[in-house]
Amino acid sequence: MADGTSVPVGVIAPGVVARPRGSMKKFAQRRSTIAVCLCLPLIVLVAGFVIYPAFYAIYLSMLNKKMTAFVGLSNFAFLLKRHTFQLVIFQSCLFAITAVVFKALIGFILAHLMHNVPGKNQRIWRGLLLVPWVIPLALSTLTWWWMFDPSYSALNWVLEELGFRAVPWLGVGWIARFCTITVNVWYGTPFFMIMYLAALKSVPEQLYEAASIDGAGAVQKLFFVTLPMMRNIIAITVLFSLIVTFADFDIVRILTSGGPEDMTHVFATYAFQVGIQSGDIPLGAADSLFMFPILAFAAFFVLRGVTRRSKEIAV
Amino acid sequence: MSATTFEAANNRPISHRSSMHRQRAWALWGSYAALGAFVVVFLVPPFYMLMTSLKSSAEISAQKGSPWIVHHPTLANFWYLITYPNFQTYYLNTVIVTVLTVVLSMTIAILAAFSLARMGFWGSQTLATGVFLTYLIPASLLFLPLFRVIGFLGLINSYWCLVLLYPTLAVPFCTWIMIGYFSSIPKELDEAALIDGAGYLQMLFRIFIPVAMPGIIAATIFAFTISWGAFLYPLAYLYTSNQMVLTVGIVSDLIRGDVFEWGKIMAANVLASLPPILIYAFLMDYYVAGLTAGATKG
Repeated sequence: MADGTSVPVGVIAPGVVARPRGSMKKFAQRRSTIAVCLCLPLIVLVAGFVIYPAFYAIYLSMLNKKMTAFVGLSNFAFLLKRHTFQLVIFQSCLFAITAVVFKALIGFILAHLMHNVPGKNQRIWRGLLLVPWVIPLALSTLTWWWMFDPSYSALNWVLEELGFRAVPWLGVGWIARFCTITVNVWYGTPFFMIMYLAALKSVPEQLYEAASIDGAGAVQKLFFVTLPMMRNIIAITVLFSLIVTFADFDIVRILTSGGPEDMTHVFATYAFQVGIQSGDIPLGAADSLFMFPILAFAAFFVLRGVTRRSKEIAV
Repeated sequence: MSATTFEAANNRPISHRSSMHRQRAWALWGSYAALGAFVVVFLVPPFYMLMTSLKSSAEISAQKGSPWIVHHPTLANFWYLITYPNFQTYYLNTVIVTVLTVVLSMTIAILAAFSLARMGFWGSQTLATGVFLTYLIPASLLFLPLFRVIGFLGLINSYWCLVLLYPTLAVPFCTWIMIGYFSSIPKELDEAALIDGAGYLQMLFRIFIPVAMPGIIAATIFAFTISWGAFLYPLAYLYTSNQMVLTVGIVSDLIRGDVFEWGKIMAANVLASLPPILIYAFLMDYYVAGLTAGATKG
């Protein structure tokens, strides 16, 4: 196809160039009109169902429960004073940061192990390790719940067989927190693995050869070749995962519904409980709005670092 | 091969080489062992899901013996679900919603990506970045104001609201993947097409879509995954079982009060997870390539 069409370029191109300026301008104008039209569905979708609701959330959060009166920032003030909400802030950060750190670490180890394995087998191993990520999260969380079940827990059975005491997995605050984080790590690690694996493959082999000639050991190669070369991908993957983990709803909702004693609630599940189940939409909107500044803050620093590094590479 | 030539020349490199070789072999076997351990841990929940789905309710409630193996395998749970009208409805609804979402998302994403990658207009660069930044406003922030918006549109408790909302989750990433693939198509190709008198749409359909097919497959799988497994929107907006989709249907229908029919729940999980697993089994390479292409380039 490329060969067939590339012939006429030289033949007809002079004619196009020779067109008078006015029609060239019209051509460019027509071009950008079509371009805008093609983007229109995207703009409508994003404006209608993301941007507008986001601003609407800000407006809603300043109303009273019945949405009849404007109450300013008192919803936010009310939330911040509430002990449950202080727990929510702490748990959301604990959940997101711990889970992302573990996902990144285990994903990194897995990617390295995978990188050692020859190409053909790699596909099979990669396929097996991707399974957690492929099953819809809500459904696999149900399975985890069943494994944590207090009366007939598969995990407790193993513990008892090994001579340990049964653990009340979802019944005690800190253990329940641990469980929600575990499920998230289980679910999200494969994503890190495939991103890092792609990154590892993109590091030129010569760099390692040069490093070994200079007498670098395995650890030095890791810290002075692999990690610097992967920094941007690590940053982008961590940012993406941080957003998704921070806003996670499925795991906590299904596993604990925020319990025991609100010790696993995160922003999303608390907003659902307050906004949909208790019918206080303004308070729920105020709760979920706390997510944005935190995410925007993280995104700003990560993306600034990424663009700075890409500029350094480009220079 | 080269070892034999070395052997003739000098003895020392051989021992060095074979120790290197032995080290490599150890590293390889070590990697296999560690990967094997990880695979076992990672596959515990799906394995347990499958095992439970093959158990009868009597076996589960007897609570005897190891819960990890089936003593009397039965397909009764699967048969119950396949003939259970509600479950059929959930499945059908999910398929309808997913197909429509994928078609809608891909249409929007391809048109926009073509425009952003090739044609450009005032502010198109900002738009391309801005679209991706919409992920900073997650669904769990939007579902409350959207509850009012959907209510205003009269779509509460109708799966059509999902067809409108799921694309917001899928389109930004699909557009990003497609921009990456479209940008990698040589410019000479579309210049040639323009000169031959092709319109922009013709150019898109005759050149860009066929050439960027791997990217389209990757983006399609992404949109499929999103809409097959989404949980928050259907949980918030759907109430009656004739409108529910699989994720919410399984959670709310098969769990009645405190009665957990785990065998049926797990069988439903298996049936609901099958389409994504099959799709990934066949098309994983495209997906992984599409997912990582953008990141490694940027």
